[in-house]
Amino acid sequence: MMDAGRHPRIKLLTYSEVEDVSGYVGNFRVRVRKKARYVDENECTACGECVKVCPIVRPDEFQQGLSTRRAIYIPFPQAVPSAYVVDIEACLGDNPIACGKCIEVCDKKCIDFDMRDEIVELNVGAIIVATGMDLYDPTALDEYGYTRFENVITSLEFERLISAGGPTGGHFIRLTDGQPPRRIGFVQCVGSRTNNPVRGNPYCSNICCMNTIKDSLQLKDHYPDIDITVFYMDIRAFGKGFEDLFMRSKAAGVRYVRGLPGEVVEDPQTRNLRVFVENTTAGRIEEYELDMLVLSIGAIPRGDSELVKQLLTLSRTPDGFFMEAHPKLKPVDATTKGVFLAGCAESPKDVKDSVTQASAAAARAEVLLSKSKIQVEATTAVVDAAKCRQCGRCAEVCPFSAIRWEKKQVAQVITAACAGCGTCAAECPFDAIEMRHFSDQAIYAQIDAALERDPLSTIVTFACNWCSYAGADTAGTGRMEYPPNARIIRTMCSGRVDADFVWYAFQKGAPVVLVSGCHYADCHYINANRNTVRRVDALWEGLEKYGVRPERLQLEWCSAAKGQRWAKIMREVEELRVHVTAEEVERTTEVLREAKVPLSSQVWKLKAPTPALLHCLRCGYEWREDYSAEKARSEERMCAACRSNSVRVFI
Amino acid sequence: MAKGNPRIGVFVCDCGLNIAGSVDTEAVKDYAATLPDVVVAVRNKYTCSDPGQAEIRRVIGEHNLNRVVIASCSPRLHEPTFRACVQQAGLNPYLMTMANIREHCSWVTLHDREAATRKAQDIVRVAVAQARWLHPQDEEQLPVTDAALVIGGGVAGIQAALDLADAGHQVYLVEKQPSIGGIMAMLDKTYPTMDCSI
Repeated sequence: MMDAGRHPRIKLLTYSEVEDVSGYVGNFRVRVRKKARYVDENECTACGECVKVCPIVRPDEFQQGLSTRRAIYIPFPQAVPSAYVVDIEACLGDNPIACGKCIEVCDKKCIDFDMRDEIVELNVGAIIVATGMDLYDPTALDEYGYTRFENVITSLEFERLISAGGPTGGHFIRLTDGQPPRRIGFVQCVGSRTNNPVRGNPYCSNICCMNTIKDSLQLKDHYPDIDITVFYMDIRAFGKGFEDLFMRSKAAGVRYVRGLPGEVVEDPQTRNLRVFVENTTAGRIEEYELDMLVLSIGAIPRGDSELVKQLLTLSRTPDGFFMEAHPKLKPVDATTKGVFLAGCAESPKDVKDSVTQASAAAARAEVLLSKSKIQVEATTAVVDAAKCRQCGRCAEVCPFSAIRWEKKQVAQVITAACAGCGTCAAECPFDAIEMRHFSDQAIYAQIDAALERDPLSTIVTFACNWCSYAGADTAGTGRMEYPPNARIIRTMCSGRVDADFVWYAFQKGAPVVLVSGCHYADCHYINANRNTVRRVDALWEGLEKYGVRPERLQLEWCSAAKGQRWAKIMREVEELRVHVTAEEVERTTEVLREAKVPLSSQVWKLKAPTPALLHCLRCGYEWREDYSAEKARSEERMCAACRSNSVRVFI
Repeated sequence: MAKGNPRIGVFVCDCGLNIAGSVDTEAVKDYAATLPDVVVAVRNKYTCSDPGQAEIRRVIGEHNLNRVVIASCSPRLHEPTFRACVQQAGLNPYLMTMANIREHCSWVTLHDREAATRKAQDIVRVAVAQARWLHPQDEEQLPVTDAALVIGGGVAGIQAALDLADAGHQVYLVEKQPSIGGIMAMLDKTYPTMDCSI
């Protein structure tokens, strides 16, 4: 910690939050809000005079609320930077009538109530996400009585109670009477390894077994005669040196009972706890009287993970932790290029594994930073000046402002800014934009090839590289079987899917077409996939106009981690396909032969919220709500009944 | 149509039994050989292995290929591998495309060999159709900003920041709380060394 604070090449921005990230691998622009701490961190010597006069008392978060702090405080003695901070919500303020005492006593004059939040702009080539984890709140597991009995504590509270820097100076005592406990119990897997979502998470939190073993040895050091019982379902001591510690704990006399308590009751007189447990090894119900009970709480994803995910367009695995680019071969690369994962942000892990992964992430980042230049994929847009009719539609839809256009000017692509989503190429009414490596001809050729043999059994499927194609990969990795009828055409973004492509597939005899991509929040090209929805809305209206059942065109969002969802989509779309007859397809190819591709949708012309009927093209569920173009852009449509995104809006 | 006549080579991978376990890769190879512009189709046990890649390079030279289709796993896994491979054989890396017959086929159609084989053939046909329309592309070079942002100042963030800074890079370490340290700083002792955390 101190090393990081002193390092000449590390700029610490504490009490700060990342607010915005733009750019791409090698060239990110980051906006950080450095919150006002009302104390000049460079001048403050941490003398502590201010604390002596501060009249405001608050629970100390660092000590888990087991002691108090003042409104001006230092989080803990070894804090880096070693500077105080004002809890401005609690502080009475600079008003001399109200208070202002700290200002009077500060010799260095470093308390400044005029301090404001500061916005810091950074340019970086790589980003490491080490946002950590939160801990499970055991309130819901009422049988353990955490909220009812003071002598039931969490494993983190245990740490503070036994720490020399803790509220008791390292004298481990009971909270009710200040006496050292003679008998103590530990309950494992609190909030972990359960399929009941109210009682925690399905995964193993990785750290709790060894943490309890460590706690037991620490207690035996403090109080050699203490009686310790650990209630567990499995002890997972899998790491290097871990089994040794487990054996040492057992040799020290710690009792390990296989079974989790079913009930804890408190003796109101002694405040002792009676713990009832089924000892599954002995096959009997046992009762233990204990002075204290420690709940070994599991790890959970941080509450702000969703925000970080959206800032960096990351993905999260079903457990809620950030998803790696590949679970085995790229375990520290995030799904966004130039972003790496370290520590518990990726999954629960102990100090050693966090340090290991952090060094790995640093090495991966260094591979990037040690180059002066990187090559970027040649998948950018190119304007054919001869075909461009200077309408400017491309510049309008480009999420990256990478197309320069002025009235009566041929559009120009700024290649360095172009991320290659292809939504401009899909939008251009004159086919004047070509995507390198994802050309129109190549996509038409793939549609033709997909429908060449037995078209009636073929679901022409467009999948975006980052989410739905990757979701299909995840389904494969997880061996999730589904009907073999989809033929996938990969594009970088669903925004690349030109309405012409879908129309062409129907003209060529496709019974069903599926367009798939990232959820609104996950779009790797900011919001390019809103254009996908607009085009699909127009296509649905157009298909209906020509008497083609609109449900033959399906739209689905599927994130990279959701293999199950992909398999479900495949099964459901196949269900639609089997009901499309050869005659129906023949009629479609005939009516669409000369039909113009529909490009505009009623829905996207709605300026003000208008009463509308929403109809799920998958399951038929219908509901009413006010709808507008703005809503279509900002909110992902999803059927409340079947979770399909193939939802049509009728005005 | 792309410049010159496309001369496409298709390389079908068994991936041990990962693909060959549920797909008749021999039938896929034979089918690929019948597709227009395909001049050679090869089956290999592990296409990404050294011998597998050496064979791709050899066949490119032998048959004067100007397009390559690798029918194996997801391009999200091995596209960089095979792009580098064809480049070594003198082809522009963008003249290679992949047919994903593992994640999208053999692994999701495990118990119907006929259907899985048919699907794999279709996936190869789609990739061959795409290959005809591939063009050489030159990758643009972009400068790299030699600085890193580390979000989170717990033990992982601190370690990553120190490693990068020690290696000579500028690091910005952003922490939400008033001090770095994270959960680690709250722990008294840590295993397996049983020493203090700070």
